[in-house]
Amino acid sequence: MSESHHAPAASAPHSQDDHPVDFNSYLRRCGAILAVVLCAVALMIWASFLNLGWGEKVAIILCIASVNAFFVAGFLMHLLSEKKMVYTILGFTVSFVIGLFVLTIYAMNDFPKNTVIH
Amino acid sequence: MEIPYTVEARPDTGLYNAKVGIWLFLASEVMLFGGLFSGYILLRVGAEPGMWPHGWQNLTLGTINTIVLALSAITTLMAWVACKVRQFDKFKFFHACTLLCALTFLCIKLVEYHEHLNHYEIHLTDGTIADGDMVQNDPTQDHIVISGRIVTDEKLLYDLRSQKNIEEKELTIPRSQIQDMQSYGPWHNNYLALYFTLTGLHALHILGGSVVIAYLWGPGRKMWKKDPERYTNRVEVSGLFWHFVDLVWIFLFPVLYLT
Repeated sequence: MSESHHAPAASAPHSQDDHPVDFNSYLRRCGAILAVVLCAVALMIWASFLNLGWGEKVAIILCIASVNAFFVAGFLMHLLSEKKMVYTILGFTVSFVIGLFVLTIYAMNDFPKNTVIH
Repeated sequence: MEIPYTVEARPDTGLYNAKVGIWLFLASEVMLFGGLFSGYILLRVGAEPGMWPHGWQNLTLGTINTIVLALSAITTLMAWVACKVRQFDKFKFFHACTLLCALTFLCIKLVEYHEHLNHYEIHLTDGTIADGDMVQNDPTQDHIVISGRIVTDEKLLYDLRSQKNIEEKELTIPRSQIQDMQSYGPWHNNYLALYFTLTGLHALHILGGSVVIAYLWGPGRKMWKKDPERYTNRVEVSGLFWHFVDLVWIFLFPVLYLT
């Protein structure tokens, strides 16, 4: 006997944002997202072999990676339809990470007075 | 005593407690990996021209791992959906797939680590450098055997992508000619130190996530019978962590394998 019979039947399965959950539509959506992710990976690999400067290549590859990340975070983590609390937490996190990166970049050229670079 | 808001959402946050907890935890994880990524930027931009490795990673294995992790992200979500629609057999199938993907990922990572740790850069007394995979390193023998090549300029060892058809052959090197010998472990240079730190930490996350998923799949499933909604929430929280691990890899792969 299937274990699913032990569980009380749900009156109507709903997601957090109160949309009804449909197994087949999720399966189709997941297939589409997997296809997008695989295309993005193929594009990144293709871009890495382009005859461009290092900076341009990195910019293109990271743009594709960001699109990839958007699909994973937006659809698989349901970030496109989350509650305000989650956005607040992420807002703080993003601002701290940006601060961290800016400080790192700033520190690259921040030498003490009379520093001699060989 | 009953713990409140394990199933229903709190009125003030609109979320059940575990979900707030996992998002706060993920925020701290973003800062952890953010610090390491900024360390990477600092060292990469500060490297001398031509002295940052390109093409040192096995692109085929890296790509397979990326696909495996993407697949596992899908199966994790489908496991949660199966719980939501109360189809526990499907949940078990999808979570087993996730575990299989995680195991595959870790095995491939181990193969990659082994490749690096078995690869040696050997400085010879005549000023040349031998570079390749160790074939024989028997301390009782007065020579070692590697499968690789000999170069005169160290820069040739860094940019492997721009060199087409690198010819490798079996080289027997007398120990008396070896000045210095080092494997491609984290001690070798900044790039490999970052590679091992970032991928090692990521692999630990995969391992930790796998333990949680295996618990939910195995002994933790008892909760399904008495409180399926709470169990579903646990599956969702572990899934969020798993998607985060996938997100980190989405940036690790291009940074370490492609640029």
